[in-house]
Amino acid sequence: MNTTTYQGKDAPSSASTSTSGPSPQRHSILPPLKKRDFDRAGKLGSNISIALEALWANRLRSLLTTLGIFIGVAAVIAALIMTQGVGANITNTISSLGTNIITISPGAGSSSRGFRPPTESSGTTLSLTPGDAQAVAKIAHVTAESPIISVTEQVVYGNQNWNTRVQGVSTSFQTIQNWTIVQGGWFSSSDYQSARSVALLGQTVYHQLFDASGMNPIGQNIRIRDQVYRVVGILDTKGNGADDVVFVPFSTAMDRIKNSTYIDQILVQVDDSGNIDSVQGEITTLLEQRHRIPKGNADDFNLTNSNQLLQTANQFTSLLTYLLVGIAAISLAVGGIGIMNIMIVSVTERTREIGIRISIGAQREDIRSQFLIEALILSLIGGILGMFIGFLLGFAITNLLAIPFVVTVTTLLMPFVISAAIGVIFGLYPAARAARLDPIEALRSL
Amino acid sequence: MNQNMDMSTTPVSFSSPKTTRSSSAPDGAAPLVVNADKQGKPIIVVNNLHKRYQIGRTFVHALRGVSLEVLPGEFVAVRGPSGSGKSTFMNLIGCLDHPTQGTYWLSGKQVSQLSSQELARVRNRLIGFVFQGFNLLSRASALSNVEMPMIYAGLRKELRQRRARQALQLVGLGARMNHKPSELSGGQQQRVAIARALVNSPSLLLADEPTGNLDSRTSVEVIAILQALNQHGLTIVLVTHEPDIAEYASRQITFRDGRLVRDEPVANPRDAQAEWAIIAKQNIDEAL
Repeated sequence: MNTTTYQGKDAPSSASTSTSGPSPQRHSILPPLKKRDFDRAGKLGSNISIALEALWANRLRSLLTTLGIFIGVAAVIAALIMTQGVGANITNTISSLGTNIITISPGAGSSSRGFRPPTESSGTTLSLTPGDAQAVAKIAHVTAESPIISVTEQVVYGNQNWNTRVQGVSTSFQTIQNWTIVQGGWFSSSDYQSARSVALLGQTVYHQLFDASGMNPIGQNIRIRDQVYRVVGILDTKGNGADDVVFVPFSTAMDRIKNSTYIDQILVQVDDSGNIDSVQGEITTLLEQRHRIPKGNADDFNLTNSNQLLQTANQFTSLLTYLLVGIAAISLAVGGIGIMNIMIVSVTERTREIGIRISIGAQREDIRSQFLIEALILSLIGGILGMFIGFLLGFAITNLLAIPFVVTVTTLLMPFVISAAIGVIFGLYPAARAARLDPIEALRSL
Repeated sequence: MNQNMDMSTTPVSFSSPKTTRSSSAPDGAAPLVVNADKQGKPIIVVNNLHKRYQIGRTFVHALRGVSLEVLPGEFVAVRGPSGSGKSTFMNLIGCLDHPTQGTYWLSGKQVSQLSSQELARVRNRLIGFVFQGFNLLSRASALSNVEMPMIYAGLRKELRQRRARQALQLVGLGARMNHKPSELSGGQQQRVAIARALVNSPSLLLADEPTGNLDSRTSVEVIAILQALNQHGLTIVLVTHEPDIAEYASRQITFRDGRLVRDEPVANPRDAQAEWAIIAKQNIDEAL
């Protein structure tokens, strides 16, 4: 060390004797910069690494700042996955009922074709008769129809009983609603014509009545309103409460359960979903004639098809989506404000650093992009973390509710778009503030 | 003790011009040249410079018509009591501020007319700053601090690191490149700042009270580096209120009330390097 000291001293001081005075010396300090030394495109990379370095220096604060965005994005994603799952579920259920089905129900309809949700009065207005069902069956393109009578009854087997929906339907009801049978068979047309007391049990009813005894249900007698019915078949599960049902022949139900000449619904199957509209028009004309409804007066029946149901369901799910995403967006805005707040604090805190950077030649746009990139990185980290947690949450919720786990491109891209937008929107002001600083003032600050 | 040993490290470790030239072969580093201008053409030409501020309702006339020329290779000490306008002059010379009136030519460029974007470029490429409070980034290593001006110049990473290492070796901190400012002594921090000022090969080094935060021994150490750099052709303008520091310069100018009141060459500038050699020896003696 000593030796270097003296060596280092000798050279310049001896030089000083020869180079006194203001004559410029072409001496070597550092090489002058040449054009090829510059790589302006690499500046963005440098700005990113400067921003990362600054964020890393305040690790805890950075992490806490991302929390707002993190929670917001997680909430948005979870909400999206949930509503999309619910939507898919409803769509599946409706499709499982068939896409080429027209439902005729009694009640105040309108002559205009437009979906009206079934109102409470729809069940009480009695207008449909079995004759209507037979007449409708004769319309072209109608492949099957089934009148429906629906009551809620106590079903008893041995000492087990269960309150369920008992529906009187026709033999073609099985194909209209795509029911599969796991045991036994659907009631025959002779059962139907002779109005025999036979019944088909949905999975829920089957389990409630027969699980305790473990008996083979086929051929067993159950009682509905103190009348004996023989079980002829067990239906496969459809899920979503559709399994809590007992089907009996429509004729039997008319005679022994309902005691009425009116029916609750008519299901009409059309050969192709493209013919639904024309068939619906013909049914309307036919029923208006049969019910003697003068032109311009309101109909006493309603027609709905599964497409309309799907539309309604979609309206409902998108409404649900807007609602949930709207609520989640509030937390996103709060997160964004959090980022802005921290960035402003950070700019104030680093005033001197900004002054140093400006004094050694940083452009104002360098300073602006440095802070903007910091805000962007903060919100993007939050967004990506939030996306993962959102997917986990969504997965858990959909599993819990037994609804489909749907991931769309929107859900995948949204976190990036949202968090980038928030980073830019809420980072712009602090960054502009940093870029506006006067270097002299900034250098003077502590 | 440890600190004494630190202080004994050489303040200026670049070798004489001849040896540098002969040993410049590796990694294509051509002989290193200061952005020296044509012989005799002044590096700074200031003509009738005025600066007025408004602080609240009062107007401060900080500079009232200053004219000055600085030739390449000069070591100018700017003196004056506080409020004399020397800081304002420094800010204008350093392109941190626009004059209210008057012209300023730096290296043949009229910078008083430049946009703030162009001024940033001038600060980056033509001027090196050394401040009283060192003004290093505390969270960055010495090497990163020295790299910073080159980032804004837009240099490639390998080149930045190579030049930063060279500059740090030049000021005798080759062994402490990865230390943070808080792990360095005041003198060492100021040497990092000098290295940072040098990396873009500026035409002019501006030192604003560079010894203000240092004890007298360390002051000599830092001034010795500045003197050595000056002897290698770098033009230096140094602001100081300490008369003995100004004695190391080759020319002294004095401000009072916003005017240049005295401009005189220093007959026999003190030799900081010789003084430092004595101090270093004393330090070693004390340590032993």
